[in-house]
Amino acid sequence: MTHDHHHHDHDHPHGSDLTPVEARVRALESLLVEKGYVQPAALDALVEMYETKVGPHLGARVVARAWTDPAYRDRLLEDATPTIAELGIGGRGGEHMVVVENTPEVHNMVVCTLCSCYPWPVLGLPPVWYKAPAYRARAVIDPRGVLTDFGVGLPETTRITVWDSTAETRFMVLPMRPAGTEGFSEEALAALVTRDAMIGTGLPLSPGAEIQP
Amino acid sequence: MSAPRPQGPFAAPWEAQVFAMVVSLQEAGLFTWGEWAEALGRTMRPDGAGEQAADYGRWLETLERLLAERGVADGASVEARTAAWLRAAHATPHGEPIVLGNDPELAKRG
Repeated sequence: MTHDHHHHDHDHPHGSDLTPVEARVRALESLLVEKGYVQPAALDALVEMYETKVGPHLGARVVARAWTDPAYRDRLLEDATPTIAELGIGGRGGEHMVVVENTPEVHNMVVCTLCSCYPWPVLGLPPVWYKAPAYRARAVIDPRGVLTDFGVGLPETTRITVWDSTAETRFMVLPMRPAGTEGFSEEALAALVTRDAMIGTGLPLSPGAEIQP
Repeated sequence: MSAPRPQGPFAAPWEAQVFAMVVSLQEAGLFTWGEWAEALGRTMRPDGAGEQAADYGRWLETLERLLAERGVADGASVEARTAAWLRAAHATPHGEPIVLGNDPELAKRG
Protein backbone atom coordinates (compact mmCIF):
# COMPACT_ATOMS: atom_id res chain seq x y z
CA MET A 1 0.00 0.00 0.00
CA THR A 2 1.48 3.31 -1.03
CA HIS A 3 1.56 6.34 1.12
CA ASP A 4 -1.21 8.78 0.40
CA HIS A 5 0.38 12.11 -0.42
CA HIS A 6 -2.84 13.94 0.31
CA HIS A 7 -2.86 12.51 3.77
CA HIS A 8 -3.21 15.27 6.35
CA ASP A 9 -0.38 15.74 8.75
CA HIS A 10 -2.74 15.21 11.68
CA ASP A 11 -2.76 11.85 13.37
CA HIS A 12 -6.50 11.61 12.70
CA PRO A 13 -7.07 11.55 8.96
CA HIS A 14 -10.85 11.41 9.17
CA GLY A 15 -12.27 14.52 10.77
CA SER A 16 -15.92 14.86 11.76
CA ASP A 17 -18.53 16.64 9.72
CA LEU A 18 -21.04 19.27 10.67
CA THR A 19 -23.40 20.50 8.00
CA PRO A 20 -23.50 24.31 7.62
CA VAL A 21 -26.89 24.42 9.37
CA GLU A 22 -25.68 22.23 12.25
CA ALA A 23 -22.67 24.50 12.71
CA ARG A 24 -24.92 27.57 12.71
CA VAL A 25 -27.21 26.11 15.33
CA ARG A 26 -24.22 25.21 17.50
CA ALA A 27 -22.88 28.72 17.00
CA LEU A 28 -26.13 30.31 18.21
CA GLU A 29 -26.44 27.93 21.12
CA SER A 30 -22.85 28.43 22.32
CA LEU A 31 -23.20 32.22 22.06
CA LEU A 32 -26.51 32.19 23.94
CA VAL A 33 -25.13 29.93 26.66
CA GLU A 34 -22.08 32.17 27.12
CA LYS A 35 -24.27 35.24 27.39
CA GLY A 36 -26.49 33.49 29.91
CA TYR A 37 -29.69 33.51 27.84
CA VAL A 38 -30.14 29.75 27.74
CA GLN A 39 -28.92 26.76 29.72
CA PRO A 40 -27.97 23.48 28.05
CA ALA A 41 -29.83 21.36 30.61
CA ALA A 42 -33.01 23.40 30.12
CA LEU A 43 -32.76 22.98 26.34
CA ASP A 44 -32.34 19.21 26.72
CA ALA A 45 -35.34 19.04 29.05
CA LEU A 46 -37.50 20.93 26.54
CA VAL A 47 -36.51 18.62 23.70
CA GLU A 48 -37.19 15.54 25.79
CA MET A 49 -40.59 16.88 26.80
CA TYR A 50 -41.74 17.48 23.23
CA GLU A 51 -40.21 14.24 21.96
CA THR A 52 -41.66 11.96 24.60
CA LYS A 53 -44.37 13.56 26.73
CA VAL A 54 -46.46 16.09 24.83
CA GLY A 55 -48.50 14.85 21.90
CA PRO A 56 -51.96 14.11 20.53
CA HIS A 57 -52.54 11.38 23.13
CA LEU A 58 -53.26 14.28 25.51
CA GLY A 59 -55.85 15.87 23.23
CA ALA A 60 -57.39 12.42 22.80
CA ARG A 61 -58.00 12.27 26.57
CA VAL A 62 -59.81 15.60 26.41
CA VAL A 63 -61.99 14.39 23.55
CA ALA A 64 -62.79 11.09 25.26
CA ARG A 65 -63.80 12.90 28.43
CA ALA A 66 -66.05 15.26 26.45
CA TRP A 67 -67.70 12.27 24.78
CA THR A 68 -68.49 10.61 28.09
CA ASP A 69 -69.25 13.58 30.32
CA PRO A 70 -71.80 16.08 28.92
CA ALA A 71 -71.08 18.66 31.62
CA TYR A 72 -67.38 18.49 30.77
CA ARG A 73 -68.22 18.91 27.08
CA ASP A 74 -70.30 22.00 27.84
CA ARG A 75 -67.51 23.56 29.88
CA LEU A 76 -64.98 22.66 27.17
CA LEU A 77 -66.92 24.46 24.47
CA GLU A 78 -67.65 27.39 26.77
CA ASP A 79 -64.12 27.99 28.10
CA ALA A 80 -61.58 25.47 26.85
CA THR A 81 -58.34 26.42 28.60
CA PRO A 82 -59.42 25.84 32.23
CA THR A 83 -61.51 22.82 31.24
CA ILE A 84 -58.50 21.18 29.58
CA ALA A 85 -56.45 22.09 32.65
CA GLU A 86 -58.88 20.02 34.77
CA LEU A 87 -57.11 17.00 33.28
CA GLY A 88 -53.71 18.42 34.14
CA ILE A 89 -53.07 19.46 30.55
CA GLY A 90 -51.90 22.94 29.60
CA GLY A 91 -48.96 25.25 29.37
CA ARG A 92 -47.06 27.07 26.67
CA GLY A 93 -48.75 27.34 23.32
CA GLY A 94 -52.13 26.77 24.90
CA GLU A 95 -52.68 29.88 26.98
CA HIS A 96 -55.94 30.58 25.15
CA MET A 97 -57.49 27.49 23.63
CA VAL A 98 -60.80 27.32 21.80
CA VAL A 99 -62.50 23.99 21.10
CA VAL A 100 -64.96 23.79 18.20
CA GLU A 101 -67.40 20.89 17.95
CA ASN A 102 -68.19 18.88 14.85
CA THR A 103 -71.84 18.03 14.25
CA PRO A 104 -73.71 16.43 11.35
CA GLU A 105 -74.27 19.99 10.07
CA VAL A 106 -70.82 21.54 10.61
CA HIS A 107 -67.32 20.16 10.18
CA ASN A 108 -64.49 22.25 11.59
CA MET A 109 -60.95 22.45 10.29
CA VAL A 110 -57.96 24.32 11.76
CA VAL A 111 -55.14 26.13 9.95
CA CYS A 112 -52.61 28.84 10.71
CA THR A 113 -52.50 31.04 7.63
CA LEU A 114 -49.64 33.19 9.00
CA CYS A 115 -47.17 30.48 10.06
CA SER A 116 -47.76 27.36 12.14
CA CYS A 117 -49.62 28.29 15.34
CA TYR A 118 -50.89 25.05 16.85
CA PRO A 119 -52.26 23.94 20.24
CA TRP A 120 -49.05 22.41 21.61
CA PRO A 121 -50.37 21.20 25.00
CA VAL A 122 -53.01 18.96 23.44
CA LEU A 123 -51.46 18.02 20.07
CA GLY A 124 -47.71 18.43 20.51
CA LEU A 125 -45.80 20.04 17.64
CA PRO A 126 -47.41 20.28 14.20
CA PRO A 127 -46.82 17.83 11.37
CA VAL A 128 -44.85 18.96 8.33
CA TRP A 129 -47.91 19.35 6.10
CA TYR A 130 -49.53 21.74 8.59
CA LYS A 131 -46.56 24.09 8.12
CA ALA A 132 -46.53 23.88 4.31
CA PRO A 133 -47.76 26.75 2.10
CA ALA A 134 -50.04 24.36 0.20
CA TYR A 135 -52.12 23.48 3.26
CA ARG A 136 -52.16 27.04 4.60
CA ALA A 137 -53.49 28.41 1.33
CA ARG A 138 -55.80 25.61 0.28
CA ALA A 139 -57.46 25.05 3.64
CA VAL A 140 -59.04 28.46 3.22
CA ILE A 141 -59.84 28.38 -0.51
CA ASP A 142 -60.84 24.74 -0.94
CA PRO A 143 -61.34 22.98 2.40
CA ARG A 144 -63.48 20.25 0.87
CA GLY A 145 -60.73 19.48 -1.64
CA VAL A 146 -58.20 19.27 1.19
CA LEU A 147 -60.46 16.85 3.06
CA THR A 148 -60.76 14.70 -0.05
CA ASP A 149 -56.96 14.57 -0.25
CA PHE A 150 -56.93 13.40 3.36
CA GLY A 151 -59.45 10.70 2.48
CA VAL A 152 -62.34 12.37 4.26
CA GLY A 153 -65.63 12.48 2.38
CA LEU A 154 -68.39 14.48 4.04
CA PRO A 155 -72.03 14.71 3.03
CA GLU A 156 -72.69 17.65 0.69
CA THR A 157 -75.03 19.04 3.31
CA THR A 158 -72.25 19.33 5.91
CA ARG A 159 -70.91 22.87 6.07
CA ILE A 160 -67.15 23.28 6.56
CA THR A 161 -65.87 26.01 8.85
CA VAL A 162 -62.15 26.87 8.82
CA TRP A 163 -60.56 28.39 11.94
CA ASP A 164 -57.36 30.42 11.71
CA SER A 165 -55.11 29.82 14.72
CA THR A 166 -52.86 32.62 15.93
CA ALA A 167 -50.21 33.01 18.59
CA GLU A 168 -52.97 34.22 20.92
CA THR A 169 -55.84 31.84 20.10
CA ARG A 170 -55.32 28.20 19.15
CA PHE A 171 -58.12 25.96 18.02
CA MET A 172 -58.78 22.27 18.51
CA VAL A 173 -61.61 20.26 16.96
CA LEU A 174 -63.92 18.09 19.05
CA PRO A 175 -64.82 15.36 16.55
CA MET A 176 -68.08 13.42 16.57
CA ARG A 177 -68.10 10.23 18.61
CA PRO A 178 -68.01 7.24 16.25
CA ALA A 179 -71.02 4.96 16.06
CA GLY A 180 -70.79 1.61 17.78
CA THR A 181 -68.85 2.88 20.78
CA GLU A 182 -71.64 2.74 23.35
CA GLY A 183 -70.29 1.60 26.68
CA PHE A 184 -66.64 2.17 25.70
CA SER A 185 -64.32 3.31 28.48
CA GLU A 186 -62.62 6.68 28.18
CA GLU A 187 -59.35 4.90 27.49
CA ALA A 188 -60.90 2.86 24.69
CA LEU A 189 -62.46 5.98 23.21
CA ALA A 190 -59.20 7.94 23.41
CA ALA A 191 -57.53 5.26 21.30
CA LEU A 192 -59.91 6.14 18.46
CA VAL A 193 -59.00 9.83 18.45
CA THR A 194 -56.30 10.66 15.93
CA ARG A 195 -54.25 13.83 15.67
CA ASP A 196 -55.86 14.68 12.33
CA ALA A 197 -59.34 14.25 13.82
CA MET A 198 -58.47 17.05 16.26
CA ILE A 199 -57.12 19.29 13.46
CA GLY A 200 -60.22 18.53 11.41
CA THR A 201 -58.39 16.92 8.50
CA GLY A 202 -59.44 13.46 9.65
CA LEU A 203 -62.16 11.59 11.47
CA PRO A 204 -61.85 9.36 14.53
CA LEU A 205 -61.12 5.71 13.87
CA SER A 206 -63.98 3.23 13.84
CA PRO A 207 -64.12 0.68 16.65
CA GLY A 208 -61.83 -2.22 15.81
CA ALA A 209 -59.46 -0.01 13.81
CA GLU A 210 -57.45 1.31 16.76
CA ILE A 211 -53.78 1.90 16.28
CA GLN A 212 -52.07 -0.99 18.02
CA PRO A 213 -49.19 -0.06 20.29
CA MET B 1 -54.80 -0.85 23.74
CA SER B 2 -53.55 2.65 24.36
CA ALA B 3 -53.81 6.12 22.84
CA PRO B 4 -51.61 6.81 19.82
CA ARG B 5 -48.12 7.77 20.91
CA PRO B 6 -46.59 10.98 19.67
CA GLN B 7 -44.37 10.58 16.64
CA GLY B 8 -40.98 12.24 16.75
CA PRO B 9 -41.65 15.90 16.00
CA PHE B 10 -38.09 16.68 14.86
CA ALA B 11 -36.46 15.40 11.67
CA ALA B 12 -32.95 16.10 13.00
CA PRO B 13 -31.34 17.05 16.32
CA TRP B 14 -30.58 20.59 15.11
CA GLU B 15 -34.32 21.18 14.60
CA ALA B 16 -34.95 20.23 18.21
CA GLN B 17 -32.17 22.57 19.38
CA VAL B 18 -33.63 25.48 17.41
CA PHE B 19 -37.08 24.81 18.85
CA ALA B 20 -35.73 24.62 22.40
CA MET B 21 -33.72 27.85 22.01
CA VAL B 22 -36.76 29.74 20.76
CA VAL B 23 -38.96 28.48 23.60
CA SER B 24 -36.27 29.28 26.18
CA LEU B 25 -35.76 32.80 24.83
CA GLN B 26 -39.50 33.45 24.74
CA GLU B 27 -39.75 32.33 28.34
CA ALA B 28 -36.75 34.51 29.22
CA GLY B 29 -38.79 37.43 27.87
CA LEU B 30 -36.71 38.24 24.78
CA PHE B 31 -39.90 38.23 22.67
CA THR B 32 -43.58 37.32 22.96
CA TRP B 33 -45.21 34.56 20.94
CA GLY B 34 -47.09 37.24 19.01
CA GLU B 35 -43.79 38.89 18.06
CA TRP B 36 -42.32 35.50 17.18
CA ALA B 37 -45.24 34.56 14.91
CA GLU B 38 -45.09 37.94 13.19
CA ALA B 39 -41.31 37.62 12.61
CA LEU B 40 -41.64 34.03 11.41
CA GLY B 41 -44.42 35.07 9.06
CA ARG B 42 -42.10 37.71 7.57
CA THR B 43 -39.26 35.18 7.09
CA MET B 44 -41.67 32.90 5.26
CA ARG B 45 -42.60 35.63 2.79
CA PRO B 46 -39.33 36.92 1.34
CA ASP B 47 -39.53 39.72 -1.22
CA GLY B 48 -39.82 38.43 -4.75
CA ALA B 49 -40.16 34.77 -3.80
CA GLY B 50 -43.05 32.45 -3.09
CA GLU B 51 -44.37 31.78 0.38
CA GLN B 52 -42.33 29.16 2.22
CA ALA B 53 -42.99 26.47 4.78
CA ALA B 54 -42.88 27.31 8.49
CA ASP B 55 -40.11 24.73 8.93
CA TYR B 56 -37.18 24.80 11.33
CA GLY B 57 -34.90 26.32 8.68
CA ARG B 58 -37.19 29.36 8.73
CA TRP B 59 -37.22 29.23 12.55
CA LEU B 60 -33.43 29.40 12.53
CA GLU B 61 -33.44 32.34 10.11
CA THR B 62 -36.04 34.15 12.23
CA LEU B 63 -34.13 33.47 15.44
CA GLU B 64 -30.91 34.87 13.93
CA ARG B 65 -32.69 38.01 12.81
CA LEU B 66 -34.36 38.59 16.18
CA LEU B 67 -31.05 38.07 18.01
CA ALA B 68 -29.41 40.66 15.77
CA GLU B 69 -32.33 43.09 16.10
CA ARG B 70 -32.36 42.78 19.87
CA GLY B 71 -28.61 43.27 20.12
CA VAL B 72 -27.98 39.78 21.52
CA ALA B 73 -25.75 38.43 18.74
CA ASP B 74 -24.93 40.25 15.51
CA GLY B 75 -24.45 38.59 12.14
CA ALA B 76 -20.65 38.89 12.20
CA SER B 77 -20.27 37.11 15.54
CA VAL B 78 -22.63 34.34 14.40
CA GLU B 79 -20.62 33.90 11.18
CA ALA B 80 -17.33 33.81 13.09
CA ARG B 81 -18.64 31.30 15.59
CA THR B 82 -20.10 29.12 12.82
CA ALA B 83 -16.71 29.03 11.10
CA ALA B 84 -15.10 28.06 14.42
CA TRP B 85 -17.50 25.13 14.81
CA LEU B 86 -16.77 23.95 11.27
CA ARG B 87 -13.01 24.06 11.95
CA ALA B 88 -13.55 22.28 15.26
CA ALA B 89 -15.52 19.52 13.53
CA HIS B 90 -12.83 19.09 10.92
CA ALA B 91 -10.19 18.71 13.61
CA THR B 92 -12.21 16.23 15.67
CA PRO B 93 -11.48 12.54 15.06
CA HIS B 94 -14.49 10.77 13.63
CA GLY B 95 -16.68 9.33 16.36
CA GLU B 96 -15.51 11.68 19.09
CA PRO B 97 -17.71 14.46 20.41
CA ILE B 98 -17.22 17.75 18.61
CA VAL B 99 -16.41 20.52 21.05
CA LEU B 100 -15.59 24.12 20.27
CA GLY B 101 -12.24 23.76 22.03
CA ASN B 102 -11.09 21.56 19.14
CA ASP B 103 -10.96 24.59 16.86
CA PRO B 104 -7.24 24.89 15.96
CA GLU B 105 -7.56 28.68 15.54
CA LEU B 106 -8.74 28.92 19.11
CA ALA B 107 -5.70 26.92 20.26
CA LYS B 108 -3.37 29.29 18.35
CA ARG B 109 -4.98 32.32 19.90
CA GLY B 110 -5.19 30.72 23.34
